[in-house]
Amino acid sequence: MSYNFKEIMSRPERLAPGHRMCAGCGGTIAARNVLRALHEGDHAVIGNATGCMEVSTFMYPYTAWKDSYIHNAFENAGATISGVEGAYNALKRKGKLKEDETYKFITFGGDGGTYDIGFQSLSGAVERNHDFVYVCYDNGAYMNTGIQRSSATPMYADTTTTPVGSVSSGKPQNRKDLTNILVEHDIPYAAQTTFVQNFKDLHIKAEKAIYTKGAAFLNIMAPCPRGWRYHTPDIMDICNLAVETCYWPLFEVVEGEYYLSYEPKKKLPIEDFLRPQGRFKHLFKKGNEHLLEEFQKEVDRRWESLLKKCK
Amino acid sequence: MATDISKLTLTARWQDLTTGMMIHAGGTSEEFNTGEWTSVKPHVKEEDCRQCLLCAQACPDSAIPVNKNERVKVDLKHCKGCGICAKVCPFDAIEMEGL
Amino acid sequence: MAKRDRLSGNEAVSYALRQINPDVFPAFPITPSTEIPQYFASFVANGQVDTEFIPVESEHSSMSAAIGASAAGARSLTATSSCGLALMWEELYVAASNRLPVALALVNRALSGPININCDHSDSMGARDSGWIQIYAENNQEAYDNMVQAFRIAEHQDVRLPIMICQDGFITSHAVENIELLDDGDVKNFVGEYEPENYLLNPECPTAVGPYSVTDFYMEAKRAQAEAMKNSKQVILDVAKEFAQISGREYGLFEEYRLEDADYAVVMIGSAAGTTKDAIDQMREQGKKVGLLKLRVFRPFPAEEIAEALKNVKAVAVMDRADSFSDHGGPLGAEVMAALFRNRSQAYAINYVYGLGGRDVRVEDMEQVFETLEQIAATGETGDTYRYMGVRE
Repeated sequence: MSYNFKEIMSRPERLAPGHRMCAGCGGTIAARNVLRALHEGDHAVIGNATGCMEVSTFMYPYTAWKDSYIHNAFENAGATISGVEGAYNALKRKGKLKEDETYKFITFGGDGGTYDIGFQSLSGAVERNHDFVYVCYDNGAYMNTGIQRSSATPMYADTTTTPVGSVSSGKPQNRKDLTNILVEHDIPYAAQTTFVQNFKDLHIKAEKAIYTKGAAFLNIMAPCPRGWRYHTPDIMDICNLAVETCYWPLFEVVEGEYYLSYEPKKKLPIEDFLRPQGRFKHLFKKGNEHLLEEFQKEVDRRWESLLKKCK
Repeated sequence: MATDISKLTLTARWQDLTTGMMIHAGGTSEEFNTGEWTSVKPHVKEEDCRQCLLCAQACPDSAIPVNKNERVKVDLKHCKGCGICAKVCPFDAIEMEGL
Repeated sequence: MAKRDRLSGNEAVSYALRQINPDVFPAFPITPSTEIPQYFASFVANGQVDTEFIPVESEHSSMSAAIGASAAGARSLTATSSCGLALMWEELYVAASNRLPVALALVNRALSGPININCDHSDSMGARDSGWIQIYAENNQEAYDNMVQAFRIAEHQDVRLPIMICQDGFITSHAVENIELLDDGDVKNFVGEYEPENYLLNPECPTAVGPYSVTDFYMEAKRAQAEAMKNSKQVILDVAKEFAQISGREYGLFEEYRLEDADYAVVMIGSAAGTTKDAIDQMREQGKKVGLLKLRVFRPFPAEEIAEALKNVKAVAVMDRADSFSDHGGPLGAEVMAALFRNRSQAYAINYVYGLGGRDVRVEDMEQVFETLEQIAATGETGDTYRYMGVRE
């Protein structure tokens, strides 16, 4: 797929300004750039799990979505969009919706609504292979309720339910590898991306996900300046470091085949990604070197495992 | 029929609310000025801008509109002053300024 | 031409659903409602309907998908029982507050624990304040007739609320009885097409559903929802009148059985009304003035109408097939007694919890209830107003 950057940037904006997400929020950067991959003339119904994005983009009577939008609850974005897609099929079949009216179905959920409380609903929806895309904007904690740990939170992160203390080094467990779990559902398309360079990677994956027939999953690392405690303007640097350290590899899985989208020329040490973030500040205290080593080991292990799959 | 949100103010009676609190329109949030949240704003030095559009793409608030391949005026009614645009600009053409 | 057949309650409701040919039917099996999606899946498999049948992975998802489909502009419904309804709990409120006319074929069953698959009303009674219209049936004929009327009520412009069509688990759902079925064409004409004004899949205008509401709007939204429930009472009666024209069967908010001159009355919901009618017939032969008020519509609650119907009775027993563990009585008891109080009723009133987890209700049990009412009226001693019937003591 081609990437005509200027043409794509000239497309009508599908996420209006005036939403109440925090200044510098990664979630909305993800959402508006995914929507930009919709072809002009195609309609969309946007689904949304409860979370920051939902309470901020549709606060009565202000909707930021130019397309139809449905929020139902926290744990059921997958099932809700299943019903919407089912309605589309039924209305088309019964001639209640004209043949030339095309709708695409895109659901957004944070990692709370996707990895955790909404996991069953998502698993069911993709197993049934509804024709939709589930986009997780993964900011690695329950940010809407105030930075509690999720199963997407990286090890050792300081969150409000895994606080660093005299006998605690933050979250004790590793993060769940949800993208691979979704791949194991045998869906036609799954990919992992974030904000790098001019978003070519994100755009192309979003377009593939939207225009692949059947269920698609897109996992987008979307930093949260409040929860991660980095300098807000630096979001693109943070994303770049996540990729260059192999913490957040860019890859896609098409019909079960893994493809690595980007391989760093020189893999950077994980400290480079962790250091700018306040949630990992304790890892850089004297005596905690072994924690950084542990972190690096886990990143290496996962990266090697991915490389094997991509061969 | 499209919803006229100008009637859905804080003094709206229960009879005036839309059924099921649905809104039959898109992008009504433009009526809400999030630009009031901030004390810093981007200032674009037009002479330095090369129209690369990276700022428009990275803006979380859709506040840097693009029209026919060109960035147009920053939407200060909605810009929250996060400073991402100034940071991503490869030509240092954007400065954050206090109001 | 209507046709006579012998069907179980589940078959009867499924038959109605085939005739309605809804747009979207997401479902998850649970005893004793499982047969409804099973029968329906066979209609789909044989091309008898063109419904999108979605076999989801839980009841929470079946209601969530039904909500999504309804918001999208489709006529949608699901079926469940017991814990399935409990799992939908949050979603019931979402359907009602979004004002989506989703239907639910509910086959009443006891809630866990201990796990029990048999009939009582604790599932739907637990959902009584969720904003759903609730209509109950005594037998398969009523279950069928109520299902046919459901969407006309729910989708009415003045209502737009979800509707629960309830029948008793096993007693009605699995027992085969004679039934009179309407012609497919008559049902199709009666139910009509679903044509919402606004919906997600309207290419002319996008719709946003499910907002965050600040305090400034929340209470107004609830007040508007309350008005819809208020409006539904007349709509239920109007739809019943139209239904009588095609079926010859008349329905109101409740049925009065030999109540007009009764001194002693029982108020109850569901299949045990049949047993109570037998008891009444036998006691009437002995000259006892006993009668029944069988409630069909529990939500909206016809408080004034019930008080009016009971205005001449000396004593009344309200029978609850669910306990509310309030130490005060069951849900129906609380509502009926409040209605009587507001109407300045002088009748003695007691409340029985009965039939939990499928416990049999016998004719003798109901005779005993009427005899108790007679004693209370004679002595003026009500005794405990919160009682259990049919429990070993």
